[in-house]
Amino acid sequence: MNIRLNGQDEEFKDGATLIDILKEKDINPETIIAEVDEVILKPEEFEGCKLNDGSVVEILRFVGGG
Amino acid sequence: MSNDELIINGTPVKSRLFLGTGKFGDDSLIPKCIEAGGVQVVTVALRRVDFNSDTDNLIRHIPESCILMPNTHGARNAEEAVRMARLARAAGCGDWVKIEVVSDNKYLLPDNEETLKATEILVKDGFTVMPYMSPDLYAARRMRDAGASSVMPLGAPIGTNKGLKTKELVSILCEEMDIPVVVDAGIGKPSEAAECMETGAAAVLINTAIATAGDPVRMTKAFAMAVEAGRDAYLSGPAAVRDTASRSTPLTGFLRD
Repeated sequence: MNIRLNGQDEEFKDGATLIDILKEKDINPETIIAEVDEVILKPEEFEGCKLNDGSVVEILRFVGGG
Repeated sequence: MSNDELIINGTPVKSRLFLGTGKFGDDSLIPKCIEAGGVQVVTVALRRVDFNSDTDNLIRHIPESCILMPNTHGARNAEEAVRMARLARAAGCGDWVKIEVVSDNKYLLPDNEETLKATEILVKDGFTVMPYMSPDLYAARRMRDAGASSVMPLGAPIGTNKGLKTKELVSILCEEMDIPVVVDAGIGKPSEAAECMETGAAAVLINTAIATAGDPVRMTKAFAMAVEAGRDAYLSGPAAVRDTASRSTPLTGFLRD
């Protein structure tokens, strides 16, 4: 299925969850904030969050800023 | 001396020097600067993870005793600012937010109108709202009436290090506003931070002048001392400025007929 991940279209296996994507990208779930189809997810919701074809996913992190 | 504690939306803040965390060549300097300056309020930003880069989570560098103030820089309108604020809060960093709505990329001047709209929404959403704004008294009053916990007028455009170029308008805000006025952006030297405090500002937010200094840790300490000196000077009631001379030493008497 096609997922729009941080502004880029990428292919993932059907039924992939948010945790599957984070594992594939080698991202520690404890260090990020996730938004799927404009819904902000709590960390405990990552595991159960199944994605659909066309889902828009934003994986964000705190960086320096003024 | 009487208690001169800075209180923002009911929260005591121990330092009137707020620190921005952008532009540091090495993020490990940030906790050293925080310690050197006794800083408590620290701004951060939310950005997309770069999957090709091994970027650390900045929050790990910031002591838990600090108050995190995520900014909404990148937002071009109120809707985007509100979304960024809610994302930041969902990340568990508290409910302070610096609203920053900018659509002009040359001067990065804040859009007061969109900032006010975002203030109204986010105050109702339970945020402690700190709007970055152009120093306009009417806009400041509207933001205050909407529930903003402070107003944060710019001293000069972000990153210019030009100092308190908006002094007259900031001075008016300090005189007229009954919520803290925090000068944010453009302050380049500790002497300019002292000037902000002598003008009546409640605090200053410094980023570029510290992060890009030759010695950011030492510069943070210098800023902290300047902010304290400027505040003491303001509370002491500076002497009047005159156009003509006024002797400091009395006439001798014996050198004249």
